[in-house]
Amino acid sequence: MIQTFAFYLFAVLLIASAVLVITSRNPVHAVLWLIVAFFNGAGLMVLVGAEFIAALLVIVYVGAVAVLFLFVVMMLDIDFAELRAGFIRHFPLGVLIALVLLAEIVLGVGAYRAGALELGAAGVAAEPIAGRSNIDNIGALLYTRYLFLFESAGLILLVAMIGAIVLTHRERPGSHKTHQNIDRQVRRRPQDATVMTRPDVGQGVEL
Amino acid sequence: MNLTASLSLIAPELVLSASSLILLLMAAWMGDRHTQTISWLAALALAAATILAVPALSGGASGLSSEAFGGQFRADAYAAFAKILIYIAAIASILVAPAFFERLRAMRAEYPVLIVLATIGMSIMVSANDLMTLYIGLELNSLASYVLAAFLRNETRSAEAGLKYFVLGALASGILLFGMSLLYGFTGTTNFAGIESALGGGAQTGALFGLIFVLAGLAFKISAVPFHMWTPDVYEGAPTPVTLFFASAPKVAAVTLTARVALEAFGGQVEAWRQIVVFAALASIVVGALGAIGQTNLKRLLAYSSINNVGFLLIGLAAASLAGVAAMLAYLVVYVAMTLGSFVALLLLQDRTGEPLETLGDIAGLSSRSPGVAWSLLVLMFSLAGIPPLMGFWAKFVVFRAAVEADLLLLAVIGIAASVIGAFYYIKVVKVMFFDEPADREVAAAGGVNWAILIAAVLFISPLGYLLTGWLGTLANTAASALFIAA
Repeated sequence: MIQTFAFYLFAVLLIASAVLVITSRNPVHAVLWLIVAFFNGAGLMVLVGAEFIAALLVIVYVGAVAVLFLFVVMMLDIDFAELRAGFIRHFPLGVLIALVLLAEIVLGVGAYRAGALELGAAGVAAEPIAGRSNIDNIGALLYTRYLFLFESAGLILLVAMIGAIVLTHRERPGSHKTHQNIDRQVRRRPQDATVMTRPDVGQGVEL
Repeated sequence: MNLTASLSLIAPELVLSASSLILLLMAAWMGDRHTQTISWLAALALAAATILAVPALSGGASGLSSEAFGGQFRADAYAAFAKILIYIAAIASILVAPAFFERLRAMRAEYPVLIVLATIGMSIMVSANDLMTLYIGLELNSLASYVLAAFLRNETRSAEAGLKYFVLGALASGILLFGMSLLYGFTGTTNFAGIESALGGGAQTGALFGLIFVLAGLAFKISAVPFHMWTPDVYEGAPTPVTLFFASAPKVAAVTLTARVALEAFGGQVEAWRQIVVFAALASIVVGALGAIGQTNLKRLLAYSSINNVGFLLIGLAAASLAGVAAMLAYLVVYVAMTLGSFVALLLLQDRTGEPLETLGDIAGLSSRSPGVAWSLLVLMFSLAGIPPLMGFWAKFVVFRAAVEADLLLLAVIGIAASVIGAFYYIKVVKVMFFDEPADREVAAAGGVNWAILIAAVLFISPLGYLLTGWLGTLANTAASALFIAA
């Protein structure tokens, strides 16, 4: 019973916040709604018994990606005076969102304790190994059955890194003097770089 | 799943992955001055991968034994055919690059590495036997392509092309993923064969939506109308060697992938997707033909020409028969030869300062200034227009024959009518080159490798190529039958 209730709650909130992401005029609000959407998505994952994926959603998407989005949005040309003026006015909304998220955590954990939601029969899908945690199961599949896809995904990340370097890195001529000299750095000793002094009170330090 | 057997089936991909890593390290340590060496080594690695892909071509590894990694990957004759074509196109786009980028002092050692990585992506695409493999291959190829489009990052046009390609490509990936998630939800599997058996003969509405979204996402990749809008802008803005790459290899990969998805995963829903493919084919032919007429930039003109050609390729797919797929593969071979030839000819055209000649006005009276390039372009344009006795005619002929055999007479008739419209602008290029007053810009053709590729392409599509049609037809038939054995 509690699972069904939790499912509809998470699902409705997820859709509602997703709609708000694309309708809100203020980009900061849009990102905040996106966080709510991710959070509810994580709740749904908890309901189907995928607690590891749920944790990843919260840690990676809410913790890293959404914060990154916020940074980018902050760099856009937005009138910050206007935003700050709205802080007090929007404070109740923020508190409300926080309370909703808190309530969802409690509800989600409660529903998870009551057992996973039954999904439509998908006989072909891999059965989880009974008695082992999500992480064990994912690891076992990732490095055996999905080895090829896992390694190929590694290549995609490599391309992303090469791309970022190709598109942004540039050699600055004339910056050889400030260029990092690893050999010199390694040869440097603490006594060359730091001085221990014991100045008298009120005397100051000679640098 | 036998790991050793699986690894031996992905030998070409393994060779390419290993060499891309080694070349990347070489690029990092040796710097941009040694780009020429790295380019040749990359071409060598691709040639080795080509040789490794040849044995699968004869169909010896069709059926179950060609499945690697529990059916996620298939190294059958169909995949091998597409792979060899892709590798050859990739070699060409690596070899023509140094001369182009050196003039702009923008040659960077990462270019061949990115091409090799994109090629691995395409290699995975054509071998995909699972929605996840499909997506990983597609993203590997796309991500490298976005970077390549913006490779001349100091030029506004190139950066714009990269950004435009990236934003629209991300949208298309989203559509594709949405369709894939629907399919997984309604069938419970991501494996093509599994999807086919789960769907059976009928098509539930939900799975049908998934099918439409997947086809829409793939149509973006092959730039079929109505998902073609990015093509002219990206082709024009990207550096010409990159455009050559975009117009050849990824087209092969995406078209063969679309055919595999349509025939293997949706083999029971032919009636459902045929109307979509027929519409995309006709719209591509018409838009490609009409859109090219007003263009003055040669790269844009060739972009519309590639949209037009995708339409003809899709006619082969719409036939949904062995003959249709074989015709599609044969068309792909001729299309790659014509595309490589046209873009290499473009690369050869530059004035004394090395400034490329890219507009119709620039090539006016080319026949008197640079007869070699002019005559090659004449052959290429006539072949693209499908005028006998050139190979372009043979390619169109086999595609239309397959369509007629599959009772798609109306499609064939409209296609032939539209290809007559398309012939207008190809012939216009020839007219401008041979009968217009010469423009006052000098032409200094350069580049030994470029000439070699141009001559090879022109010889292939000249009537001499007909000596190969028997051999090519057999290969295409073996390759196409690999799709139907499984079904």
